[in-house]
Amino acid sequence: MVAAGLISQAGHSDWLGLAFHAESDDWVELALPWKAELAADAQSGVLASGPIISLMDTAAGLAVCRRQNRIVQQVTVDLRVDYMRAARPGRTVIGRGECYKVTRSIAFVRGVAYDEDIDDPVAHVAGTFILLHETPA
Amino acid sequence: MNRPVILPPYALSLGFEIDHWDNGVPVLGCDFGPRVLGRPGFWHGGAISGFLEMAAVAAVQAALEPDDDSARRPLKPVNITVEFMRGGQEKRLYAIGRVIREGRRLANVSAEAWQDDRSRPIAMAQMHVMIGTA
Repeated sequence: MVAAGLISQAGHSDWLGLAFHAESDDWVELALPWKAELAADAQSGVLASGPIISLMDTAAGLAVCRRQNRIVQQVTVDLRVDYMRAARPGRTVIGRGECYKVTRSIAFVRGVAYDEDIDDPVAHVAGTFILLHETPA
Repeated sequence: MNRPVILPPYALSLGFEIDHWDNGVPVLGCDFGPRVLGRPGFWHGGAISGFLEMAAVAAVQAALEPDDDSARRPLKPVNITVEFMRGGQEKRLYAIGRVIREGRRLANVSAEAWQDDRSRPIAMAQMHVMIGTA
């Protein structure tokens, strides 16, 4: 299963312009292209934090599917985002969501958002999702 | 008198607006539409989070004493934790922030979002906001 086909072409993800970027067995990267509508401040053009949360929530949800190799119906239970620095205006932000553990009903996720170097991230996230259908044993 | 609150381009383009004021604190409102849609029939969790964050920041803006030169003090999000209790239905969403503690440099804020019944929030957030100098 590849995550690329699971990205919604409608709704909030589509409005943000989220696009598939890369994936591995337990992580998925999405790209959030900069646009003026997403700014926190019209003058500086610095991206608001809301789009970063949406990016990371979406990438983490796809990582849960990627890890289990199937589409998993799930709902976010909680999500924590630490903002380390402002994203550089005009640059695409990449969000890497990783699912590092799945139990029968809960998926644990973490991730980073970065605009150039993954070792100099814009934000760190950690969260949990509840799976709406049980994982087969 | 209610202090001025400025919503950023992100908030305005998603349709966030000040619905009314509750004891000097702005209550934000936003109608449901394609821009906030997540899985079919529900608000996107990220859009709900962004909405809670705007309500939290607006509450800090409203609480700040205006500077002598009335310059606006820049507010920066440090972190946020969002909890989702119920799915957001295809209808208008409201949110209000509450400044728990306003320090010289850091504000601790909580926020709640609800639809029909304020006593049944669909999501809530805890946030730290850095208060800069103008």
